[in-house]
Amino acid sequence: MTLTTKLLGSKAVAALTAPHGVDRYLEMFNPMWAATEVRARVVDIHRENPGAEGSAPVATLTLQPTSTWRGHRAGQYVQVGVELPGSARRLTRCFSISSAASLPGERFTLTIRANDEGQVSTFLVNSAQVGQMLHLSQADGKFTIHESAATPTNNHLVMISGGSGITPVMAQIRTLLRDGYDGRANRKVTFIHYARSEADQIFADELAEIAAGDNHVDVHLRYGDATFSEFELRRLVPDFKNTDTWACGPGGLIELVRDAFGEENPRLRVEFFKPPTVSTGSATGAVSFVKAGATAENTGATLLEQAEALGLTPEFGCRMGICFSCVKTKTDGTVRNVLTGEESSLPDEEIRICVSSPVGDCSVDL
Amino acid sequence: MTITDIKPRNTKPATKKRATVRASDPKNPNLTPEQLDAFGDELDDLRQRVLGKLGKEDADYIRMIVKRQQQFEIAGRALFYLPPAWPLAVAALSVSKILENMEIGHNVMHGQYDWMGDPKLNSRIYDWDTMAPGENWRYGHNYIHHTYTNILGKDRDIGYGILRMDEDQKWRPYYLGNPIYALLLMLLFEEGVAVHDLEVDRIMAGERTWEETKKVGKPILRKVGKQTLKDYVLFPLLTGPFFLSTLAGNAVANVVRNIWTFNIIFCGHFPAGVATFTEEECENESRGHWYYRQLLGSANITGGKLFHIMSGNLSHQIEHHLFPDIPARRYPELSVEVQALCEKYGIEYNTGGLTHQLWTVAKKIVRLSFPTGTAKPQPAPVATSDETLAA
Ligand code: FES
Repeated sequence: MTLTTKLLGSKAVAALTAPHGVDRYLEMFNPMWAATEVRARVVDIHRENPGAEGSAPVATLTLQPTSTWRGHRAGQYVQVGVELPGSARRLTRCFSISSAASLPGERFTLTIRANDEGQVSTFLVNSAQVGQMLHLSQADGKFTIHESAATPTNNHLVMISGGSGITPVMAQIRTLLRDGYDGRANRKVTFIHYARSEADQIFADELAEIAAGDNHVDVHLRYGDATFSEFELRRLVPDFKNTDTWACGPGGLIELVRDAFGEENPRLRVEFFKPPTVSTGSATGAVSFVKAGATAENTGATLLEQAEALGLTPEFGCRMGICFSCVKTKTDGTVRNVLTGEESSLPDEEIRICVSSPVGDCSVDL
Repeated sequence: MTITDIKPRNTKPATKKRATVRASDPKNPNLTPEQLDAFGDELDDLRQRVLGKLGKEDADYIRMIVKRQQQFEIAGRALFYLPPAWPLAVAALSVSKILENMEIGHNVMHGQYDWMGDPKLNSRIYDWDTMAPGENWRYGHNYIHHTYTNILGKDRDIGYGILRMDEDQKWRPYYLGNPIYALLLMLLFEEGVAVHDLEVDRIMAGERTWEETKKVGKPILRKVGKQTLKDYVLFPLLTGPFFLSTLAGNAVANVVRNIWTFNIIFCGHFPAGVATFTEEECENESRGHWYYRQLLGSANITGGKLFHIMSGNLSHQIEHHLFPDIPARRYPELSVEVQALCEKYGIEYNTGGLTHQLWTVAKKIVRLSFPTGTAKPQPAPVATSDETLAA
C-alpha cells in the first residue's frame, strides 16, 4: 500500500469528508483514485474462442485495479458492478478470477462466457471496450488452495471442472506452475475437464502446453456427452476419496462428484453455478427466509405478510411501498410488485417486501 | 365520471371561521369511496408512466448535481485561505450544504435513486451533511411523516412538538412564545431536526422509556460530534492563522442553510388552506384517500428552475408527497398532470409564490400563539391554481 493510499484511507481524512466517504470526492478527479473502494479499468480484451460456431463467445478481460485492491488467492471470485449503456442501472455479478494469485494493486484477469440470460456477461464479452471502468469488491471465496511450492501439504491434487467452471481451476493451476510447482517430491495434479466440444474448449493451447510439460500435471479433456463417472475417476486416481479435490461447474456435475466422494467428505471443495430463474407466472413453489431458516409454501401474499405468518418480525414502516424500511435482498427467485404488477427475476436484488409477492420459488435474506 | 358528480361538502357557509383548515371544510370536495378509488387509480397510472421513463437522464442529473455540490464545497473550503474572499467562501459553502441536504440528501434518502444500484446514492447507505443522523430521520420522516401526513396526533411534523400549527392543538400559555420558538427553530433548524426524533415532549410526558431514548440518542450524539469536529475544529485548524474566520464562516454557512431549509419546509405543510385530518377520517384508509390526504395536506411554491433545484424540488411538496420515491427532478412535469386531475375532481391545488406562502405561514404562527378565537379571525387568501405553472 502506498503512502498516499494509506493517508487517503486514514481516519483524519475521513473526518474531513464525513458523513461521506473520501472516495466520493476522489472519484470526481480521477476514476482510478480510491481510498477504500475498489475499481478497475479494462486494459485488454482477448477473445478466447473466436471460431466456435454455435456456442457463446468467451473473452478474457485484463483489469488494472485501483491501489486499494488487496490481491487475490487462486480460486477466488470478485463482484463486478457495471452500468450498462443507456440504462444507468448498475448491475453487479460475481465472476471467478482466471489469472494466477495476485498481490495488492496487481493486474488480474476475468474469463467470462456471454450467457444469453446474463446482461452483464454479454456486455463485458461483446460490447465492453478497453478503458471501461468497473466497480469491484475485494476478492472473496473459499474455493482456494493452500498448496504452494514452498510449503507443500499434499502429494496429489485433483481438479475437476465443467464448462465455465474451468476459470477458478485454471487460476489454481497457473498459480502452482508459476510458483515453481514441478512435480518433484512426487507431487502431482490430475485435472479433468468437461466441455461441450473441442471447438468450444477455451485455454486449449495453454492446456496442451501444460499437458506436454514436465510438471506432473495430467490433463484429461472430455467432450460432448462424456459425463463425470466415479468409475473413470477411480481409474485415474484410485484413492480419490482421500485426495484433496476441487470441483467447479454446473450443478449437475457437482451433484455427481459429491455422490462419488460421499456425504461431507472434507477432501472435496466445490463451487457451482445456479441455474437462472424462470418465472412460473403463478403463486406456487416455496418461500424461504434464509437467515431465519424458515421455509413455507408460497401463499401468494406479500413477502412481509408471509414472513409474519411464519412468526418472523422483519422491520417495516408504511407497509405501502413508500418508506423503504422493509428493504431486503432477494437472493433467488421472481417477485411481482403488487402495486404495479411488474415481475423481476434479477438475482441478489433489493426489494421492498411489503409490496412484493413471490412468483414461484423465492428466497429472501431475512 | 364527470366533474358534475362531485358535490361540495356543504352548501351552508361555515358558521365560525377557523384559523386552520380541516379536511371536512366545505371548500374540499366530498368524494365518494368510488370517486376516491378512481382518483387513486389515475395517480397510480401516472406514477407508472413516470417510473417507466426513469433512466440515464435522471442518473446523469443527480451525478451532475453531486459534482456541482462538491465543486462548491471544495471552493468554499479553499477560499477560507483567502481572507478577503470570506463572503464568497461562505456563499459557496452555503450553496454546497443546501444542495447536499435538499436535492441530494433528502431525495436520495427517500430511495429516489435506489434503482440505480449505486451504493453512493442508496437510501439506506447515504447519510447527509447535517447533525441529524440519516437512520433516525428515515424513520421519523420517511415512515411517520410521509405515511401519516397531517393526521392530528400521528404526524409529529405538525408543529414538531414545539409549535402550535393547528387549531386543534390545545392552547396553553406556553404557546404565547410561538413566534419566538419558530424564530429559534429557524436559526437552529439543523439541531432541531437532529433532536426531533428524540421526541423531547414525549420524554417530558413520561411516554418514552429511557431505553428508547438511548437508542435514538446515541446516533445523534455521534453524528453531532462528527459534524462539530469537521466544521468547528478540523477545517478551522487546517486554515491555521485564519482559524477564527473559518470557524465563523462555517457557522454562518450552516445557519444560512438552516434558514433556507426551514423556510422551504414550512411552506410545505403550513401555508393557509392546507388541511389536517382526524384519526377517524383516516381509519382503514384506501389508497385513493391516502393520495387525497397528501394533496390536501401539502402546498407548493412557484418559482424558476434554479429555485426548484435549490429547494430540492420540495417547492413541489404536493408531488413529493404523492410520489415520495420518484426522482424529484420529475416533479415539475408531474405537477402539470396532477393539477389537471385536481381540476377534474374539484380538489384545491395549493400553490403560490415564496413570499406569499411564507406570509400566510407567519400569520398562522402568530395567530395560533393566542387562544383561538381571541385573535381576530382573518381567513388568509389562498392562491389558486391560475398562479402556478411559472415553473
Ligand atoms: S414498509 Fe414502507 S416501504 Fe415497505
